[in-house]
Amino acid sequence: MSIEVRQLRKNFGDFKAVDNVSLSIQSGELTALLGPSGSGKTTLLRLIAGLEQSDSGSILFNGEDISDHHVSERGVGFVFQHYALFKHMTVAENVGFGLSVKPKKFRPSNAEIQKKVQKLLELVQLDWTADRYPSQLSGGQRQRIALARALAVEPKVLLLDEPFGALDAKVRAELRRWLRRLHDEIHVTSVFVTHDQEEALEVADRIVVMNKGRVEQDGTPEQVYDHPANPFVYEFLGTVNLFHARVRDGDKLVQPSSADLPAEAAQLEQLGLAYVRPHEIDVLHDKEEDAIAARLELITVVGPTVRLELQSQQADQIIHVELDKTRFKQLGLSVGQHTWLKPRYSRVFLGEGI
Amino acid sequence: MSASGQFQPRRATTEPLWLRGILLTLALGFLALFLLLPLVIVFGEAFSKGWQVYLAAITEPAAAHAIKLTLIAAVIAVPCNAIFGLAASWAIAKFQFRGRQFLITLIDLPIAVSPVIAGLSLMLIFGARGWWGEWLNDHDLQVMFAVPGIVLATIFITFPYVARELIPLMQQQGREAEEAALTLGASGWQTFIRVTLPSVKWALLYGLILCNARAMGEFGAVSVVSGKIREQTNTMPLHIEILYNEYQFAAAFAVSSLLALLALLTLVLKSSLEWRAARDLAEAEACRRPE
Repeated sequence: MSIEVRQLRKNFGDFKAVDNVSLSIQSGELTALLGPSGSGKTTLLRLIAGLEQSDSGSILFNGEDISDHHVSERGVGFVFQHYALFKHMTVAENVGFGLSVKPKKFRPSNAEIQKKVQKLLELVQLDWTADRYPSQLSGGQRQRIALARALAVEPKVLLLDEPFGALDAKVRAELRRWLRRLHDEIHVTSVFVTHDQEEALEVADRIVVMNKGRVEQDGTPEQVYDHPANPFVYEFLGTVNLFHARVRDGDKLVQPSSADLPAEAAQLEQLGLAYVRPHEIDVLHDKEEDAIAARLELITVVGPTVRLELQSQQADQIIHVELDKTRFKQLGLSVGQHTWLKPRYSRVFLGEGI
Repeated sequence: MSASGQFQPRRATTEPLWLRGILLTLALGFLALFLLLPLVIVFGEAFSKGWQVYLAAITEPAAAHAIKLTLIAAVIAVPCNAIFGLAASWAIAKFQFRGRQFLITLIDLPIAVSPVIAGLSLMLIFGARGWWGEWLNDHDLQVMFAVPGIVLATIFITFPYVARELIPLMQQQGREAEEAALTLGASGWQTFIRVTLPSVKWALLYGLILCNARAMGEFGAVSVVSGKIREQTNTMPLHIEILYNEYQFAAAFAVSSLLALLALLTLVLKSSLEWRAARDLAEAEACRRPE
């Protein structure tokens, strides 16, 4: 089931939650709506589900306009951040709920419902919890039950609203790998909302980056991470260092070097901002052309990577650098040391924020 | 706690024993004087002239009719307020609309206003010289000084009880469970019956018990609209007053003892339901907290 969103708008009072969003999601894809809080990603998801009514625009499932269909007729599975399990029902009753409320004509027999519930509980690896109540389960287990409940009605589209947002880091990491495997198994068109860029990069086939109710970029995780469309996407997807850059005669830069230049900058000398990721900077002992002098201020070891904070000698600026441990040991760095930094790669946006 | 307390050094937040003793005596003394003593007197007086007088007092026609009328008023008023309370709290807790805060305030009006004023205002609307008096008279409908008036007064006085119990719980529970039911294909009615109602059932029952106790005990508003016609418009509290004014103390306390029994039963049910309702609320709160 493909999803198409056309010029969708939704305001809450004066606040533009979703501002003229158009989007098309291929059948079977796992798409992440990624953005900071207040970016409109959850509202967009709820509009697709039918839990909110749009002010204008249309939503199409498989080419059919379903904008006016009631939420209960859209055939979407929805998973909530806080699980929204029915706490007065057992796990089995929760999972079977969607089947048991079908009109009599389409309702499976109790035995069939039970069988299907059992199968779904096996799918989420919680078949032993059938007779328990949600309050007896952990957060991660509850969310898997919520997922099984959503899948019971065989939705054409699965929508997940920050599904791992309420869980602790370890369970979250486990559950998102599990979701990825599950999606590879059942291939239902899925959209999930997250503000965690790592989660989006790890799980999704496709990432839609949103900000202030608009889509900033829409592409594969590689495209979005390696070729951000604009400074917002660059800054949102991980730490980034900003350098003032002077673009002269095409590809020649005063600082930093080896930048990826926009074509329109070819002729003129212009001011721009260069965006460099912490792991795209080399640390050198000796001066090289275009290198920046910096003093090492702080060393943080996080598992296998080492994060450095350096004070630039040319401008009042802290530069973040990330190295792997081996390289860090080779360099033999210590706090207070003077070094030279050289960006291997950077992306320049002209005239942005200067 | 007190047993292990002997072996532990006193904590900084614990008050000295004599102070605790005084406070406890004060509280218990007050309770005994104003709550327990009247209850004892009610039952003592009721049986002061023996079993036969007691039984006669609660089975004589006027008393029996008063009991029946009180039950009728409660049986109509309580379901009405259950429906109203559910509708109002559903609307207030699950939807955002203009005038929401005003509605919450309005629901508390019967508690804020004196019951006598409530009765008088009904009189102004339905009485012979009231707004609708002429119309009602033309159609031969008797509201004041008749059963409908008593029922109306009872409904007015008791309508906050269910809503006030449900609103905080429903607000805490939020809309997610209902939204989940809708996405699973449930209709609005199925969602209400299978999801909303079970999740508030203890609070609803608790509200109904309070509402019922208030309905059966209501005096002020009902006394204005009833006219106190024996065997026609006398409810139990009104009947008790008449008996007392006629110096039939044993009979008055005998009927009172029935209301007192109702109060005791209400207290027992209330405390067990209160515990369950509080648990629901705590669970709803826990669900909203990240782990």
